Amino acid sequence: MADVNRGNRPLSPHLQIYRPQLTSVTSIFTRITGNALILGSILIVWWFIAAAKGPDAFARADWVLTSLVGDIVMTLSVWALWYHSLAGIRHLIWDSGRGLELRVAERLGMAIIAGSAILTVLTVIIV
Amino acid sequence: MVELTLPKDSVIKTGKTWPKPDGATNLRKFQIYRWDPDSGENPRVDTYFVDLDKCGPMVLDALIKIKNEIDPTLTFRRSCREGICGSCAMNIDGTNTLACTRGMDEIKGTVKIYPLPHMPVVKDLIPDLTHFYAQHASIMPWLETESNEPVKEWRQSPEDRKKLDGLYECIMCASCSTACPSYWWNGDKYLGPAALLHAYRWIIDSRDEATGERLDQLEDPFKLYRCHTIMNCTKTCPKGLNPAKAIASIKKMMVDRAI
Repeated sequence: MADVNRGNRPLSPHLQIYRPQLTSVTSIFTRITGNALILGSILIVWWFIAAAKGPDAFARADWVLTSLVGDIVMTLSVWALWYHSLAGIRHLIWDSGRGLELRVAERLGMAIIAGSAILTVLTVIIV
Repeated sequence: MVELTLPKDSVIKTGKTWPKPDGATNLRKFQIYRWDPDSGENPRVDTYFVDLDKCGPMVLDALIKIKNEIDPTLTFRRSCREGICGSCAMNIDGTNTLACTRGMDEIKGTVKIYPLPHMPVVKDLIPDLTHFYAQHASIMPWLETESNEPVKEWRQSPEDRKKLDGLYECIMCASCSTACPSYWWNGDKYLGPAALLHAYRWIIDSRDEATGERLDQLEDPFKLYRCHTIMNCTKTCPKGLNPAKAIASIKKMMVDRAI
């Protein structure tokens, strides 16, 4: 409670000492992938705009996006998209009042980790 | 507000290592958070060694032994030593729990003990729970009725009574709320899992006649909806309750009454 007046009292440690949990890690990654996808989509939009502008602009954008770094960013974006989508489905299940027992919630967490990895590999192979 | 690092006055320094007990062969190492309000110094982590052959099995047994035999200044709350008072809630081995019900054999290696996370520290392992209790009071944790008082008692069917199972057992130890990152960042406005579990306990009580008002009171961007189903609360609850599910149930009731 950083916004509460602590007087001269110290704030007890939190992130520094709290053991990461399967549910907390999958939760924060939902947020991280959601925000990272903004970067991914900006790059894609840039690629489309470049394509509309002309061959020179497109060649430049295409060179960046198909370079090694571009490949890595795009592959991670594919994973982020799958992860975020699956985590979104998990949230929909939770919003319906289901899957909130700890064991089920943790299994759903394992499922979105495994599912996003498998779907990413499949996407890279197929596309 | 999200603040990933500790404020300057709260950064933890290396503390003192206390001598090992004489002639002990079965030693367990403890690292315990210390802060003395009279010292004017930053918090520190002290190291102690406990002879397990002469100590009870629970973490609380070791804390009491340290206080009795090694360092009488070590300060912590405890009372019932059987998981029903909630006094000895603290962060042990990275998660929040009751020192009296956590066995030392459940922990690998050094036993690391901190006060409940992201709270103002009164001394050593004692957090200031004033705000936490105020939030509990704000959800009106009592039966609200408008009907005339019954002659004898407010009746409830066994089925309706069953709905309170998994809720009434909460002992308000604050383990769940102080395990919740949302409560860490927005604890001033977000009620946190403990208060919300209690809110739900009264919302679904068949005898209560203020359900609508209770839901109105929670219809707020912060009080209820800062829960993002991180589920640290449920994972850490020493009584095995499920605050995350209670909160989801309140959210569902909000939708159900709106459509």
